[in-house]
Amino acid sequence: MATRRKTKNDGDILGRIRAEAGNVDVKINKGVKPSMKFPVRSLQNVAYQPKKGYFEIKGRMKERTLTVNTVKTFAQTLRMMSFSKELVETDDIATKREAYYVSKNWAEARFAEQPESDTVMEDVEALFGVNREQLGFIPEEKGGDVAGKLVVIDVDPSTGKELRIDCTKFGSGAYSIPISVEQLKFETEAKFILVIETAGMFQRLVKHSYWKKANCILVSMGGVPTRACRRFIRRLADIKKIPVYVFVDGDPYGFMNIYRTLKVGSGNAAHLNEYFCVPQARFLGITPQDITDYELPTHPLKEVDIKRAKDALKNDPFVLHHKPWQRALKQMVKMGVRAEQQALAKHGLNYVIDEYLPRKIAKAAQFLP
Amino acid sequence: MKKNRASRTGKGGAQTALFEEAPAENTKKEKKTTVRAATAANLRVTKKKRPAKVAKLRGTAKQREISVSEFFSKNRHLLGFDNPSKALLTTVKEAVDNSLDACEEAGILPVIHVLIEPLADDRFRVTVKDNGPGIDRKEVPRVFGSLLYGSKFHRLRQSRGQQGIGISAAGMYGQLTTGKPVIVVSRCGSKKPAQRFSILLDTRTNLPVITANDEVEWDQPHGTSIEIELEASYKGGRHSVDGYLWQVALANPHVELHYRPPKGDPVDIERATKEMPVEAREIKPHPRGVELGQLMKMLKETKARNLSGFLTRDFSRVSSRVAAEILEGAKLKPTMSPTRAHRDAAEVLYRAIQRTKIMNPPTNCLSPIGDAHLAKSLESRHEPAFVCAVSRPPAVYRGNPFLIEAALAYGGPSFEADAPARLYRLANRVPLQYQKSACAITKSVIDVAWKGYGVHQSRGALPAAPMAILVHIASVWVPFTSESKEAIASYPEITKEIRLAIQECGRKLGAHIRRRRRLADAEKKKSYIEKYIPHIGLALQEILGLTDKKRATTESRLREILEKSRKM
Repeated sequence: MATRRKTKNDGDILGRIRAEAGNVDVKINKGVKPSMKFPVRSLQNVAYQPKKGYFEIKGRMKERTLTVNTVKTFAQTLRMMSFSKELVETDDIATKREAYYVSKNWAEARFAEQPESDTVMEDVEALFGVNREQLGFIPEEKGGDVAGKLVVIDVDPSTGKELRIDCTKFGSGAYSIPISVEQLKFETEAKFILVIETAGMFQRLVKHSYWKKANCILVSMGGVPTRACRRFIRRLADIKKIPVYVFVDGDPYGFMNIYRTLKVGSGNAAHLNEYFCVPQARFLGITPQDITDYELPTHPLKEVDIKRAKDALKNDPFVLHHKPWQRALKQMVKMGVRAEQQALAKHGLNYVIDEYLPRKIAKAAQFLP
Repeated sequence: MKKNRASRTGKGGAQTALFEEAPAENTKKEKKTTVRAATAANLRVTKKKRPAKVAKLRGTAKQREISVSEFFSKNRHLLGFDNPSKALLTTVKEAVDNSLDACEEAGILPVIHVLIEPLADDRFRVTVKDNGPGIDRKEVPRVFGSLLYGSKFHRLRQSRGQQGIGISAAGMYGQLTTGKPVIVVSRCGSKKPAQRFSILLDTRTNLPVITANDEVEWDQPHGTSIEIELEASYKGGRHSVDGYLWQVALANPHVELHYRPPKGDPVDIERATKEMPVEAREIKPHPRGVELGQLMKMLKETKARNLSGFLTRDFSRVSSRVAAEILEGAKLKPTMSPTRAHRDAAEVLYRAIQRTKIMNPPTNCLSPIGDAHLAKSLESRHEPAFVCAVSRPPAVYRGNPFLIEAALAYGGPSFEADAPARLYRLANRVPLQYQKSACAITKSVIDVAWKGYGVHQSRGALPAAPMAILVHIASVWVPFTSESKEAIASYPEITKEIRLAIQECGRKLGAHIRRRRRLADAEKKKSYIEKYIPHIGLALQEILGLTDKKRATTESRLREILEKSRKM
């Protein structure tokens, strides 16, 4: 386990953990069933705030009362809180997977699978309305890769000295976004940030130094963006006031799970969307119209794709607010096909660099919201 | 009596002619058949007059080249002798059925001994002995020696046998495979001597041939014993004689049964009740249950002088008002002579009967086993955790009254957990062993949605649960799908009643299973609480820095809270 920096938040967190546990203890000793209130973590409990530019949590709470049926989860939640308190007190961190293994010491209260421990962890996070890093829990996955015209200013953890990281000097490699990005500072003259879904497309653009030609910063998300990745892009775009263009696969997963999560956040971590969203993000492609315009090779939509699209049309507050997205999703469902970023290779491997991106970026005003 | 008997042989009108219209004597044939002469001689030795009926029967053979016996000897599968192990079962079954019927008719609590002795690998001697009233000396040869001789076929009353072919067919099978005669010992009372007969059947003439007859010493005052040697094979287990006899005891709680199998331990089953089954009354046919051919025959044979009298006298549930209604519908004069009603008139009458509203037949001709007895039977057989039984009110199919009873035993050590349920099918107290899937009972059990009662069931299969289901149909005429009486035909009226009976049992079972689950759940929840409370205590102690004592208090308080809420 690596160490983490103590922040002024820590005392606050410890106090809140104690208060919550104290409340439970008092109720039990009064002979009353104790309960804890959690915000509901789903799309049903968020509202899209166009002015603020993200999903804001609505007030819906679920109350978990300690009963015969909830006694196991209740015990696990309390033990998770206790573990978090220990982490914060000892200034330590644990990954989600490590927390899962620690629970193996809890005899009957142990978690059988990691998703169970993740859910309880997210409950605790939502209970206190904080980021899980503040509770001492860190994610397993890495934050994303960066290449292009950017200098990141970080601090050497051992010496405390400032470090200048030039993202143009990674050759065919890339700078890796750290788990915590709050302390980073930036220097850049780039015109825009291009955020890419797949590592494959990122590799191609790095290899052919696309960032040099277009004077931009390239970020690879590798699927659904992590919180660190979202926060990194948000801070960079906010501080340097540069636009963010998103380039993902042309399918409902790319539209909703990747682009929408990046831009306005998710229902699951709604209490954190304020920080982990990129409201200035715009959708470059691949749009359903691109499939026709560029005569891209396609695959038929899978049943889950169609379900995801129809679900979004019905329930997603973001889609419900933006007519152009409704049109795009309907168009895709009607076409019944999807196309990947790399389908552009049909017209030649570097078609994407020489033709597609320049033509698209020239008309950035027409990007989907 | 005989006329009637022949009327429903089921093998068509030709046979009717065979019995009825044969001339009483034909000298040519008589001279030829030396065996028969021997029979006569034999009977003469005992100084009894041969009944006139025999002569009449004998005469029948000359009319036709094929006799009934001959027909069945070539089609023995129709009677349940298609393979060696089934032959053994059928033989025992027919003999036991006869014994039970005889005892019941005489009001005697039956004691039945079944003995199967292995003589060679594929040869056995079956002896079935009862304490019934015994059979009159004159009747013995025919009862055991000629096919289609019986007192049950023609009458409308619930009884086990109904066609009069069973036991003599068994004897014939033995004779065909071993050449040995059937040995019958019968005694009608302590004042009379026991008679011992060796009987062979002439399959061409349907006539009994007595090869020996003498008086013997016997250890019981009345009863009948029959001994048949036959080629067969013995298998133990549920589908063999062993299983069959257990089911006989289930269906007849008043029987005392002693069984000596060819190998293994003897089985002695005590009677579960001393109550005799209710005596079933004999009824006249119901107009709706009579088909055109039979109606024509009845018209011809009736003693009534006019149609109105014929209808009221020869049928049940026909009052003079109903008779007038039928005849008016048929546009026939009530004064018309029945014998003059030709085929067209009969058909008009037949149609009028179908149109007229007639009260259902009386149901006192049925003798149910009784739900209490059925439950007791299943209990003593399986020692289940739960048992229930249902008797449906009588119903009617095609003018024949019938009644369905069902019982269900669940749980206990005698069942496997996930095996298909055991199904006992009974018809007029006789267990049905073969052709399970063709039977209306099996189909009805499968058609019930068992999942609703908390029991697993795959599509199109019997429910899978540790249980036994028993269904009994009692009727004056059980509609079997074949002469071997192994499966019930699926008349909609019958399947409906079976379904209703099983559903009622199912609902009771469902309530039992739910109650049991609730108890198990409560127990599980209690241990569940015990499991996790210490974790809550521990976590609170860690976060709040409680002392051990305070933690213990919190834990016990929490235990109280949850226990209280669980009971509510």
